[in-house]
Amino acid sequence: MNEPTAGSLSLRTALAMLVFTLVFTAFMAGGYLLTRDPIARSANAEKLLLIDQILPRSGYDNALLEDVIRLPPTPELGLDRGGHVWRARRAGQPAALVMEAVAPDGYAGRVELIVAVAADGQVLGARVTQHRETPGLGDYIDPRKDKNKAHPWISQFERPARDLPLAAWTVKKDGGAFDYNTGATISARAVTRAVGRVAAYAAAHRDALFK
Amino acid sequence: MNLKHLREIAQAGIWKNNTGLVQLLGLCPILAVSTNLINGVSLGLATAVVMAISGAVVAALRNLIPYEIRIPVFILIIAALVTVLDLAFNAYLHSLYLVLGIFVPLIVTNCIVLARVEAFAAKNGPLSSAVDGFAMGAGLVWLLALLGGMRELIGTGHLFNGIDMIIPSAQPLRVLPETYPGFLVAILPPGAFISLACLIAGKSWLDARAAKRAAQARPAAAPVSA
Repeated sequence: MNEPTAGSLSLRTALAMLVFTLVFTAFMAGGYLLTRDPIARSANAEKLLLIDQILPRSGYDNALLEDVIRLPPTPELGLDRGGHVWRARRAGQPAALVMEAVAPDGYAGRVELIVAVAADGQVLGARVTQHRETPGLGDYIDPRKDKNKAHPWISQFERPARDLPLAAWTVKKDGGAFDYNTGATISARAVTRAVGRVAAYAAAHRDALFK
Repeated sequence: MNLKHLREIAQAGIWKNNTGLVQLLGLCPILAVSTNLINGVSLGLATAVVMAISGAVVAALRNLIPYEIRIPVFILIIAALVTVLDLAFNAYLHSLYLVLGIFVPLIVTNCIVLARVEAFAAKNGPLSSAVDGFAMGAGLVWLLALLGGMRELIGTGHLFNGIDMIIPSAQPLRVLPETYPGFLVAILPPGAFISLACLIAGKSWLDARAAKRAAQARPAAAPVSA
Protein backbone atom coordinates (compact mmCIF):
# COMPACT_ATOMS: atom_id res chain seq x y z
CA MET A 1 0.00 0.00 0.00
CA ASN A 2 1.06 3.57 -0.59
CA GLU A 3 1.65 6.09 2.17
CA PRO A 4 -1.70 7.72 2.96
CA THR A 5 -2.01 11.31 1.80
CA ALA A 6 -2.61 14.08 4.32
CA GLY A 7 -6.21 14.36 3.18
CA SER A 8 -7.13 10.71 3.51
CA LEU A 9 -5.33 10.47 6.85
CA SER A 10 -7.18 13.38 8.39
CA LEU A 11 -10.46 12.10 7.02
CA ARG A 12 -9.82 8.69 8.53
CA THR A 13 -8.79 9.98 11.94
CA ALA A 14 -11.70 12.43 12.03
CA LEU A 15 -14.05 9.57 11.28
CA ALA A 16 -12.49 7.42 14.00
CA MET A 17 -12.75 10.29 16.49
CA LEU A 18 -16.41 10.75 15.56
CA VAL A 19 -17.15 7.06 16.09
CA PHE A 20 -15.39 6.99 19.48
CA THR A 21 -17.18 10.17 20.57
CA LEU A 22 -20.57 8.78 19.59
CA VAL A 23 -19.98 5.42 21.24
CA PHE A 24 -18.75 6.87 24.53
CA THR A 25 -21.36 9.62 24.64
CA ALA A 26 -24.03 6.96 24.18
CA PHE A 27 -22.36 4.99 26.97
CA MET A 28 -22.53 8.00 29.30
CA ALA A 29 -26.13 8.80 28.32
CA GLY A 30 -27.10 5.20 29.03
CA GLY A 31 -25.40 5.36 32.40
CA TYR A 32 -27.22 8.58 33.23
CA LEU A 33 -30.65 7.26 32.26
CA LEU A 34 -30.10 4.02 34.14
CA THR A 35 -29.02 5.71 37.39
CA ARG A 36 -31.27 8.79 37.35
CA ASP A 37 -34.07 7.41 39.52
CA PRO A 38 -31.96 5.64 42.16
CA ILE A 39 -29.80 8.78 42.51
CA ALA A 40 -32.82 11.04 43.03
CA ARG A 41 -34.11 8.60 45.63
CA SER A 42 -30.88 8.49 47.59
CA ALA A 43 -30.42 12.28 47.42
CA ASN A 44 -33.87 12.70 48.95
CA ALA A 45 -33.18 10.12 51.64
CA GLU A 46 -29.96 11.91 52.50
CA LYS A 47 -31.66 15.31 52.72
CA LEU A 48 -34.38 13.85 54.92
CA LEU A 49 -31.73 12.35 57.21
CA LEU A 50 -30.30 15.82 57.79
CA ILE A 51 -33.74 17.36 58.32
CA ASP A 52 -34.56 14.58 60.81
CA GLN A 53 -31.82 15.95 63.06
CA ILE A 54 -33.59 19.29 63.47
CA LEU A 55 -37.23 18.38 62.89
CA PRO A 56 -38.36 15.00 64.22
CA ARG A 57 -40.67 13.04 61.96
CA SER A 58 -43.23 12.80 64.76
CA GLY A 59 -43.82 16.54 64.35
CA TYR A 60 -45.44 16.30 60.93
CA ASP A 61 -47.31 13.85 58.72
CA ASN A 62 -47.04 15.21 55.18
CA ALA A 63 -44.49 14.28 52.51
CA LEU A 64 -42.09 17.03 53.55
CA LEU A 65 -39.77 16.98 50.54
CA GLU A 66 -42.67 17.26 48.11
CA ASP A 67 -44.25 20.22 49.90
CA VAL A 68 -41.63 22.66 48.74
CA ILE A 69 -41.51 26.22 47.44
CA ARG A 70 -38.57 27.78 45.68
CA LEU A 71 -37.63 31.22 46.88
CA PRO A 72 -36.25 33.73 44.38
CA PRO A 73 -32.96 35.40 45.42
CA THR A 74 -33.73 36.62 48.96
CA PRO A 75 -31.13 38.97 50.48
CA GLU A 76 -32.74 38.69 53.96
CA LEU A 77 -31.79 35.01 54.02
CA GLY A 78 -28.47 35.51 52.25
CA LEU A 79 -29.83 33.51 49.34
CA ASP A 80 -28.25 35.26 46.38
CA ARG A 81 -29.22 32.40 44.08
CA GLY A 82 -32.56 31.52 45.64
CA GLY A 83 -33.29 28.53 47.83
CA HIS A 84 -35.87 26.07 49.09
CA VAL A 85 -38.41 26.10 51.86
CA TRP A 86 -39.98 22.79 52.90
CA ARG A 87 -43.29 22.96 54.70
CA ALA A 88 -44.16 20.48 57.44
CA ARG A 89 -47.84 20.08 58.20
CA ARG A 90 -49.77 18.01 60.69
CA ALA A 91 -53.34 17.05 59.80
CA GLY A 92 -53.20 19.75 57.14
CA GLN A 93 -52.27 22.48 59.63
CA PRO A 94 -48.90 24.31 59.42
CA ALA A 95 -46.37 22.67 61.77
CA ALA A 96 -42.92 23.95 60.83
CA LEU A 97 -40.75 25.35 58.06
CA VAL A 98 -37.36 24.00 57.04
CA MET A 99 -35.55 26.83 55.27
CA GLU A 100 -32.29 27.09 53.41
CA ALA A 101 -30.16 30.10 54.24
CA VAL A 102 -26.64 31.39 53.69
CA ALA A 103 -24.36 33.22 56.11
CA PRO A 104 -22.29 35.27 53.66
CA ASP A 105 -19.78 36.42 56.29
CA GLY A 106 -18.02 33.24 57.43
CA TYR A 107 -14.27 33.31 57.92
CA ALA A 108 -13.80 31.64 54.52
CA GLY A 109 -16.88 32.92 52.70
CA ARG A 110 -20.33 31.41 52.47
CA VAL A 111 -21.69 29.07 55.11
CA GLU A 112 -24.82 27.27 53.92
CA LEU A 113 -27.44 26.28 56.46
CA ILE A 114 -30.82 24.70 56.93
CA VAL A 115 -32.93 26.02 59.78
CA ALA A 116 -36.18 24.59 61.14
CA VAL A 117 -38.71 27.07 62.54
CA ALA A 118 -42.00 25.96 64.10
CA ALA A 119 -45.22 27.52 62.86
CA ASP A 120 -45.45 29.53 66.11
CA GLY A 121 -42.05 31.12 65.44
CA GLN A 122 -39.96 28.92 67.75
CA VAL A 123 -36.56 28.04 66.23
CA LEU A 124 -36.23 24.24 66.37
CA GLY A 125 -32.71 23.68 65.18
CA ALA A 126 -30.08 24.40 62.53
CA ARG A 127 -27.46 22.48 60.62
CA VAL A 128 -24.56 23.61 58.46
CA THR A 129 -24.76 21.95 55.05
CA GLN A 130 -21.71 23.47 53.37
CA HIS A 131 -18.79 25.52 54.62
CA ARG A 132 -15.07 26.12 54.18
CA GLU A 133 -14.17 27.30 57.70
CA THR A 134 -10.67 26.51 58.96
CA PRO A 135 -10.30 22.83 59.94
CA GLY A 136 -9.80 22.40 63.66
CA LEU A 137 -10.63 26.02 64.38
CA GLY A 138 -13.87 27.38 62.95
CA ASP A 139 -15.34 24.12 61.70
CA TYR A 140 -17.02 23.34 65.03
CA ILE A 141 -20.14 24.89 63.50
CA ASP A 142 -20.54 21.45 61.87
CA PRO A 143 -21.47 19.01 64.67
CA ARG A 144 -19.54 16.22 62.95
CA LYS A 145 -16.36 18.24 63.42
CA ASP A 146 -17.24 19.62 66.85
CA LYS A 147 -14.97 18.21 69.57
CA ASN A 148 -17.79 18.61 72.09
CA LYS A 149 -19.82 15.55 71.10
CA ALA A 150 -22.23 15.66 74.06
CA HIS A 151 -23.38 19.24 73.46
CA PRO A 152 -22.15 20.38 70.07
CA TRP A 153 -22.13 24.13 69.57
CA ILE A 154 -24.91 24.03 66.97
CA SER A 155 -27.31 22.46 69.52
CA GLN A 156 -27.80 25.92 71.06
CA PHE A 157 -30.28 26.52 68.26
CA GLU A 158 -32.53 23.72 69.46
CA ARG A 159 -35.38 25.71 70.97
CA PRO A 160 -33.49 28.79 72.17
CA ALA A 161 -35.39 31.46 74.11
CA ARG A 162 -38.43 32.66 72.17
CA ASP A 163 -38.87 36.09 70.68
CA LEU A 164 -35.23 37.12 70.93
CA PRO A 165 -34.74 40.54 69.36
CA LEU A 166 -32.60 40.42 66.22
CA ALA A 167 -29.78 42.18 68.14
CA ALA A 168 -29.53 39.20 70.52
CA TRP A 169 -28.91 36.79 67.64
CA THR A 170 -25.14 36.97 67.83
CA VAL A 171 -22.31 35.71 70.05
CA LYS A 172 -21.99 36.74 73.69
CA LYS A 173 -18.84 38.69 72.88
CA ASP A 174 -21.02 41.10 70.86
CA GLY A 175 -23.69 41.24 73.55
CA GLY A 176 -25.75 38.43 72.06
CA ALA A 177 -27.25 35.34 73.63
CA PHE A 178 -25.10 32.59 72.11
CA ASP A 179 -21.86 30.88 73.11
CA TYR A 180 -18.83 30.56 70.89
CA ASN A 181 -15.42 28.93 71.10
CA THR A 182 -12.67 31.35 72.08
CA GLY A 183 -10.36 32.09 69.20
CA ALA A 184 -12.91 31.26 66.51
CA THR A 185 -15.66 33.84 66.87
CA ILE A 186 -16.19 34.74 63.23
CA SER A 187 -17.69 31.42 62.10
CA ALA A 188 -19.98 31.25 65.14
CA ARG A 189 -21.06 34.86 64.74
CA ALA A 190 -21.86 34.39 61.05
CA VAL A 191 -24.01 31.29 61.68
CA THR A 192 -25.78 32.77 64.71
CA ARG A 193 -26.72 35.95 62.91
CA ALA A 194 -27.90 34.01 59.87
CA VAL A 195 -30.15 31.81 62.04
CA GLY A 196 -31.54 34.97 63.64
CA ARG A 197 -32.34 36.42 60.22
CA VAL A 198 -34.13 33.20 59.27
CA ALA A 199 -36.20 33.37 62.48
CA ALA A 200 -37.16 36.97 61.74
CA TYR A 201 -37.97 36.20 58.11
CA ALA A 202 -40.09 33.18 59.04
CA ALA A 203 -42.03 35.25 61.57
CA ALA A 204 -42.63 38.08 59.11
CA HIS A 205 -43.61 35.91 56.14
CA ARG A 206 -45.23 32.98 57.91
CA ASP A 207 -48.57 33.08 56.13
CA ALA A 208 -47.10 33.64 52.69
CA LEU A 209 -44.63 30.76 53.19
CA PHE A 210 -47.32 28.30 54.27
CA LYS A 211 -49.76 29.23 51.53
CA MET B 1 6.49 -16.65 33.67
CA ASN B 2 3.33 -14.69 33.09
CA LEU B 3 2.74 -14.50 36.82
CA LYS B 4 6.28 -13.25 37.36
CA HIS B 5 5.66 -10.54 34.78
CA LEU B 6 2.50 -9.43 36.60
CA ARG B 7 4.36 -9.40 39.89
CA GLU B 8 7.01 -7.12 38.43
CA ILE B 9 4.32 -4.75 37.20
CA ALA B 10 2.77 -4.71 40.67
CA GLN B 11 6.14 -4.05 42.33
CA ALA B 12 6.86 -1.15 40.01
CA GLY B 13 3.50 0.43 40.80
CA ILE B 14 3.66 -0.02 44.54
CA TRP B 15 7.30 0.89 45.17
CA LYS B 16 9.86 1.35 42.37
CA ASN B 17 7.82 3.69 40.19
CA ASN B 18 5.39 5.00 42.84
CA THR B 19 3.17 7.74 41.42
CA GLY B 20 3.49 10.06 44.39
CA LEU B 21 7.10 9.46 45.36
CA VAL B 22 8.88 8.83 42.05
CA GLN B 23 6.75 9.96 39.13
CA LEU B 24 5.39 12.93 41.11
CA LEU B 25 2.29 12.94 38.95
CA GLY B 26 -1.14 14.06 40.08
CA LEU B 27 0.25 16.04 42.98
CA CYS B 28 -2.71 18.40 43.22
CA PRO B 29 -5.23 15.80 44.42
CA ILE B 30 -2.56 14.07 46.51
CA LEU B 31 -1.74 17.24 48.40
CA ALA B 32 -5.29 18.54 48.63
CA VAL B 33 -6.93 15.37 49.90
CA SER B 34 -4.32 13.94 52.27
CA THR B 35 -5.53 15.93 55.29
CA ASN B 36 -6.32 12.71 57.12
CA LEU B 37 -5.88 9.00 56.78
CA ILE B 38 -9.47 8.16 55.88
CA ASN B 39 -9.60 10.73 53.07
CA GLY B 40 -6.24 9.59 51.77
CA VAL B 41 -7.15 5.92 51.62
CA SER B 42 -10.53 6.75 50.06
CA LEU B 43 -8.98 8.74 47.22
CA GLY B 44 -6.34 6.05 46.73
CA LEU B 45 -8.93 3.29 46.43
CA ALA B 46 -11.13 5.28 44.08
CA THR B 47 -8.10 6.04 41.90
CA ALA B 48 -7.02 2.40 41.89
CA VAL B 49 -10.45 1.26 40.65
CA VAL B 50 -10.58 3.93 37.92
CA MET B 51 -7.03 3.21 36.77
CA ALA B 52 -7.55 -0.54 36.63
CA ILE B 53 -10.75 -0.21 34.58
CA SER B 54 -9.49 2.50 32.23
CA GLY B 55 -6.24 0.57 31.70
CA ALA B 56 -8.13 -2.57 30.79
CA VAL B 57 -10.57 -0.79 28.45
CA VAL B 58 -7.86 1.17 26.62
CA ALA B 59 -5.71 -1.95 26.29
CA ALA B 60 -8.66 -3.87 24.82
CA LEU B 61 -9.34 -1.11 22.29
CA ARG B 62 -5.70 -0.20 21.62
CA ASN B 63 -5.58 -1.69 18.13
CA LEU B 64 -8.66 0.28 17.07
CA ILE B 65 -7.35 3.67 18.19
CA PRO B 66 -5.44 5.55 15.46
CA TYR B 67 -2.02 6.60 16.74
CA GLU B 68 -2.47 10.24 15.69
CA ILE B 69 -5.53 10.87 17.84
CA ARG B 70 -4.77 8.51 20.71
CA ILE B 71 -4.59 11.23 23.40
CA PRO B 72 -8.07 12.71 22.80
CA VAL B 73 -9.53 9.21 22.55
CA PHE B 74 -7.84 8.19 25.83
CA ILE B 75 -9.23 11.28 27.54
CA LEU B 76 -12.67 10.54 26.13
CA ILE B 77 -12.55 6.95 27.39
CA ILE B 78 -11.29 7.93 30.86
CA ALA B 79 -13.81 10.75 31.23
CA ALA B 80 -16.70 8.52 30.13
CA LEU B 81 -15.65 5.71 32.46
CA VAL B 82 -15.25 8.03 35.44
CA THR B 83 -18.61 9.66 34.76
CA VAL B 84 -20.43 6.34 34.59
CA LEU B 85 -18.55 5.00 37.61
CA ASP B 86 -19.48 8.12 39.56
CA LEU B 87 -23.16 7.71 38.62
CA ALA B 88 -23.14 4.00 39.41
CA PHE B 89 -21.51 4.60 42.80
CA ASN B 90 -24.07 7.26 43.59
CA ALA B 91 -26.99 5.08 42.56
CA TYR B 92 -26.10 1.64 43.87
CA LEU B 93 -23.50 2.10 46.62
CA HIS B 94 -24.76 5.30 48.13
CA SER B 95 -23.19 4.95 51.58
CA LEU B 96 -19.81 4.32 49.98
CA TYR B 97 -20.46 7.20 47.60
CA LEU B 98 -20.88 9.57 50.55
CA VAL B 99 -17.30 8.74 51.53
CA LEU B 100 -15.61 8.29 48.15
CA GLY B 101 -18.02 10.35 46.06
CA ILE B 102 -16.28 13.69 46.19
CA PHE B 103 -13.01 12.04 45.14
CA VAL B 104 -14.25 10.31 42.01
CA PRO B 105 -14.71 13.46 39.86
CA LEU B 106 -11.33 14.64 41.15
CA ILE B 107 -9.74 11.65 39.46
CA VAL B 108 -10.57 12.97 35.99
CA THR B 109 -8.24 15.88 36.68
CA ASN B 110 -5.51 13.50 37.81
CA CYS B 111 -2.94 13.24 35.05
CA ILE B 112 -1.63 9.96 36.46
CA VAL B 113 -4.53 8.09 34.85
CA LEU B 114 -3.76 9.44 31.38
CA ALA B 115 -0.03 8.96 31.97
CA ARG B 116 -0.39 5.24 32.73
CA VAL B 117 -2.82 4.68 29.87
CA GLU B 118 -0.41 6.33 27.43
CA ALA B 119 2.77 4.77 28.85
CA PHE B 120 1.46 1.30 29.59
CA ALA B 121 -2.05 0.34 28.47
CA ALA B 122 -1.50 1.53 24.89
CA LYS B 123 1.31 -1.05 24.51
CA ASN B 124 0.16 -3.99 26.66
CA GLY B 125 -2.69 -6.43 27.01
CA PRO B 126 -5.84 -5.81 29.08
CA LEU B 127 -4.80 -8.03 32.00
CA SER B 128 -1.34 -6.51 32.43
CA SER B 129 -2.84 -3.03 32.05
CA ALA B 130 -5.47 -3.67 34.70
CA VAL B 131 -2.78 -4.96 37.05
CA ASP B 132 -0.60 -1.96 36.29
CA GLY B 133 -3.42 0.50 36.93
CA PHE B 134 -4.42 -1.21 40.13
CA ALA B 135 -0.82 -1.45 41.37
CA MET B 136 -0.25 2.24 40.65
CA GLY B 137 -3.40 2.95 42.63
CA ALA B 138 -2.25 0.67 45.45
CA GLY B 139 1.03 2.59 45.57
CA LEU B 140 -1.07 5.70 45.97
CA VAL B 141 -3.17 4.09 48.73
CA TRP B 142 -0.25 3.42 51.07
CA LEU B 143 1.41 6.74 50.28
CA LEU B 144 -1.79 8.69 50.93
CA ALA B 145 -2.46 6.66 54.09
CA LEU B 146 1.00 7.51 55.39
CA LEU B 147 0.81 11.14 54.33
CA GLY B 148 -2.72 11.63 55.65
CA GLY B 149 -1.92 9.79 58.88
CA MET B 150 1.19 11.92 59.45
CA ARG B 151 -0.64 15.14 58.79
CA GLU B 152 -3.62 14.44 61.03
CA LEU B 153 -1.47 13.00 63.81
CA ILE B 154 0.79 16.06 63.89
CA GLY B 155 -2.07 18.42 63.19
CA THR B 156 -4.71 17.17 65.60
CA GLY B 157 -3.19 14.40 67.73
CA HIS B 158 -5.87 12.00 66.46
CA LEU B 159 -5.91 9.23 63.91
CA PHE B 160 -8.89 8.11 61.81
CA ASN B 161 -10.75 11.43 61.87
CA GLY B 162 -13.91 10.96 59.87
CA ILE B 163 -14.17 7.22 60.48
CA ASP B 164 -17.75 7.80 61.60
CA MET B 165 -18.61 8.37 57.92
CA ILE B 166 -17.74 4.70 57.29
CA ILE B 167 -18.54 3.11 60.67
CA PRO B 168 -21.13 5.41 62.32
CA SER B 169 -20.39 4.33 65.91
CA ALA B 170 -16.59 4.53 65.64
CA GLN B 171 -14.65 7.42 67.15
CA PRO B 172 -11.34 8.91 66.04
CA LEU B 173 -8.41 7.44 67.95
CA ARG B 174 -6.62 9.86 70.28
CA VAL B 175 -2.91 9.08 69.97
CA LEU B 176 -1.26 12.08 71.57
CA PRO B 177 -2.29 13.20 75.09
CA GLU B 178 -5.31 15.42 75.68
CA THR B 179 -3.04 18.42 76.32
CA TYR B 180 -1.57 18.29 72.80
CA PRO B 181 -2.50 21.68 71.36
CA GLY B 182 -2.54 20.64 67.72
CA PHE B 183 -0.32 21.98 64.97
CA LEU B 184 -2.55 23.48 62.32
CA VAL B 185 0.13 23.97 59.65
CA ALA B 186 0.31 20.19 59.17
CA ILE B 187 -3.34 20.16 58.05
CA LEU B 188 -3.09 23.28 55.88
CA PRO B 189 -1.50 23.08 52.38
CA PRO B 190 2.10 23.89 53.42
CA GLY B 191 2.03 20.85 55.70
CA ALA B 192 1.23 18.69 52.67
CA PHE B 193 4.34 19.86 50.81
CA ILE B 194 6.58 19.47 53.87
CA SER B 195 5.25 15.99 54.68
CA LEU B 196 5.52 14.78 51.08
CA ALA B 197 9.09 16.11 50.87
CA CYS B 198 9.99 14.14 54.01
CA LEU B 199 8.48 10.96 52.53
CA ILE B 200 10.34 11.42 49.22
CA ALA B 201 13.57 11.93 51.13
CA GLY B 202 12.81 8.83 53.19
CA LYS B 203 12.27 6.69 50.08
CA SER B 204 15.46 7.99 48.46
CA TRP B 205 17.36 7.15 51.64
CA LEU B 206 15.95 3.60 51.72
CA ASP B 207 16.76 3.11 48.02
CA ALA B 208 20.30 4.47 48.46
CA ARG B 209 20.86 2.17 51.42
CA ALA B 210 19.57 -0.84 49.50
CA ALA B 211 21.83 0.01 46.54
CA LYS B 212 24.85 0.33 48.82
CA ARG B 213 24.14 -3.05 50.43
CA ALA B 214 23.75 -4.66 47.05
CA ALA B 215 27.09 -3.15 45.94
CA GLN B 216 28.80 -4.47 49.08
CA ALA B 217 27.26 -7.91 48.72
CA ARG B 218 28.29 -8.34 45.09
CA PRO B 219 32.11 -8.59 45.43
CA ALA B 220 31.71 -11.12 48.21
CA ALA B 221 29.33 -13.23 46.18
CA ALA B 222 31.37 -13.02 42.95
CA PRO B 223 33.98 -15.71 43.70
CA VAL B 224 31.30 -18.24 44.57
CA SER B 225 29.43 -17.83 41.31
CA ALA B 226 32.65 -17.75 39.27
